[in-house]
Amino acid sequence: MTVTKGESAREGADGKDGLTGAATGDGYAPSERRLERERHKRARARRATAIAALSTLVTAVVLYLVVVNAPGWPRTKETFFSAQYAREALPKVLEGLWLNVRLLAVCGVAVLVLGMLIAIARTLRGPVFFPLRVLAAAYTDFFRGLPLIINLMIVVLGVPALRLQGVTVDPVLLGGTALTLTYSAYVAEVFRAGIESIHPSQRAAARSLGLTNRQALRYVVLPQAVRRQVPPLLNDLVSLQKDTGLVSIGGAVDAVRAADIIVGRSLNYTPYIVAGLVFVALTIPMTRFTDWVTARMDRQRAQGGSL
Amino acid sequence: MHLAPRTTRSRALRRALAAATVALLATAVGCAPQPEDKASAGPSGSAAKSCAKGKLASKTSGKLTIATDEPAYEPWFKDDKPASGKGFESAVAYAVARRLGYDKSAVVWQSVPFNKAFAPGVKTFDFDINQVSISAERKKAVDFSSGYYDVRQAVIALKGGKAAKATSIADLKDLKLGAQVGTTSLDYITDVVKPKQEAAAFAKNDQAKSALQNGQVDAIVVDLPTAFYITSAEVTNAKIVGQFENQGGTPEQFGLVLDKGSALTSCVSGAVDALRKDGTLAKLEKQWLSDAVDAPVLK
Repeated sequence: MTVTKGESAREGADGKDGLTGAATGDGYAPSERRLERERHKRARARRATAIAALSTLVTAVVLYLVVVNAPGWPRTKETFFSAQYAREALPKVLEGLWLNVRLLAVCGVAVLVLGMLIAIARTLRGPVFFPLRVLAAAYTDFFRGLPLIINLMIVVLGVPALRLQGVTVDPVLLGGTALTLTYSAYVAEVFRAGIESIHPSQRAAARSLGLTNRQALRYVVLPQAVRRQVPPLLNDLVSLQKDTGLVSIGGAVDAVRAADIIVGRSLNYTPYIVAGLVFVALTIPMTRFTDWVTARMDRQRAQGGSL
Repeated sequence: MHLAPRTTRSRALRRALAAATVALLATAVGCAPQPEDKASAGPSGSAAKSCAKGKLASKTSGKLTIATDEPAYEPWFKDDKPASGKGFESAVAYAVARRLGYDKSAVVWQSVPFNKAFAPGVKTFDFDINQVSISAERKKAVDFSSGYYDVRQAVIALKGGKAAKATSIADLKDLKLGAQVGTTSLDYITDVVKPKQEAAAFAKNDQAKSALQNGQVDAIVVDLPTAFYITSAEVTNAKIVGQFENQGGTPEQFGLVLDKGSALTSCVSGAVDALRKDGTLAKLEKQWLSDAVDAPVLK
């Protein structure tokens, strides 16, 4: 929300009337007209703020009244916002969340590495790399298109059925593998878009300086590409964080499944609300971080810093 | 927007926005749901008292809407067809309907997921039959009829597996156990067995069966009739290790689920009680569910 107050500050020093530009030292007194204009601007800003506050208040009050006066509100409140069940659910949900966080840390790193490798494989030049390019393209097409839940089913419940010696049957490890497969396909596409968004003249300039293809990629193209891709990458990371819960398909108890267990016993939905809020609380710092990174990069770009 | 010059155009835009907001809020107030008519609340209607045959205050007048989950599992429903009358719960549902004065043609089946049957909104069915165990805690959220089946929980393990030789609850403590989430089977693991490893909680029994076959869990807990069905037809290399005793002295019972404060609860309960009294429930149990006598009891 941009508050309109900022406008008067920004526009206060416009030199349109020719008086502000005249550096008359201590003899300077703003003209009546200028003072009048500033008063007017301040008044407008105050009015805008007041209107914004009022409309926000009215919206909030109306929403509150609509919800609280709904005929089913008492029962909804008991079913979704019960303090007793919230207290019971929170420790269990947090216990489950530890699994989500661990999965996020491990899968996040694996996804970045694998995604980068696939993206590089897809953008390699030269006819000799043709099969590699085709394989990488096939991989991203397949795993981006395959619904994650089906991927998890196949990996978590299907792979152990093969009874391969030395292959784990741990649902968490298998679930993490499935998540990595799907998300590295997403992230590979993000990286590829980043690599291809770097102007060809960059590569050409690097090559003309005597860098090899690999060096050009390593020192010129990738640093720029990755910097550009940070916001969408963090998007995928937040998304991955929420999808880690799907490993519960193999019986592992994550935050949402922990809530499920209490809901099934009590038929009260409050634990779901608790789990949802816990995830949101986890996402907010990540979102703020994303915003900060984006803003920082915008500033750099504004200074011609995209090189 | 904060750099927009203050032109008449932006002012007009803001006015339009404000007007739109006011209009929107007005609609929101206008759309506020009307209170439900009191006819459907509480067993105070005349129909509730008399339980007039075939004239209950059901969702669709003259019809009885019965819900269950999809897929509907054996031995409770045969071939995932609740309307066939085959399978224990399907047969019970039709028997209850007949008692209430609704013949087979007046029964409408509806597919409602387990979780949705307890959501607090307006119910779309008259009652739900889905192996739901009655508990005091659940009664706060929904109405139950009286119990139509006394259920026991059983442990299944692969023959020759770690859990196959267990003869007591203590023998299960070191194993990885699993059950379907939201079931009393899972409660038996956490409250009765109290295993050292956290119990695996599956969304569906199908996944619990897969995990058992894959060796991801050593044993799973399901209700006894399901256990008989699984070991005889689905996972034939598994066996029933044993059954649990009732906890707290009272048998665990399945009940029909009705909306909280439903006008039909007393009538449906009456019908179930009558079916128990005249031996219909026992007969159906014999017909559709294996006798649970040959599963050893785990102490």
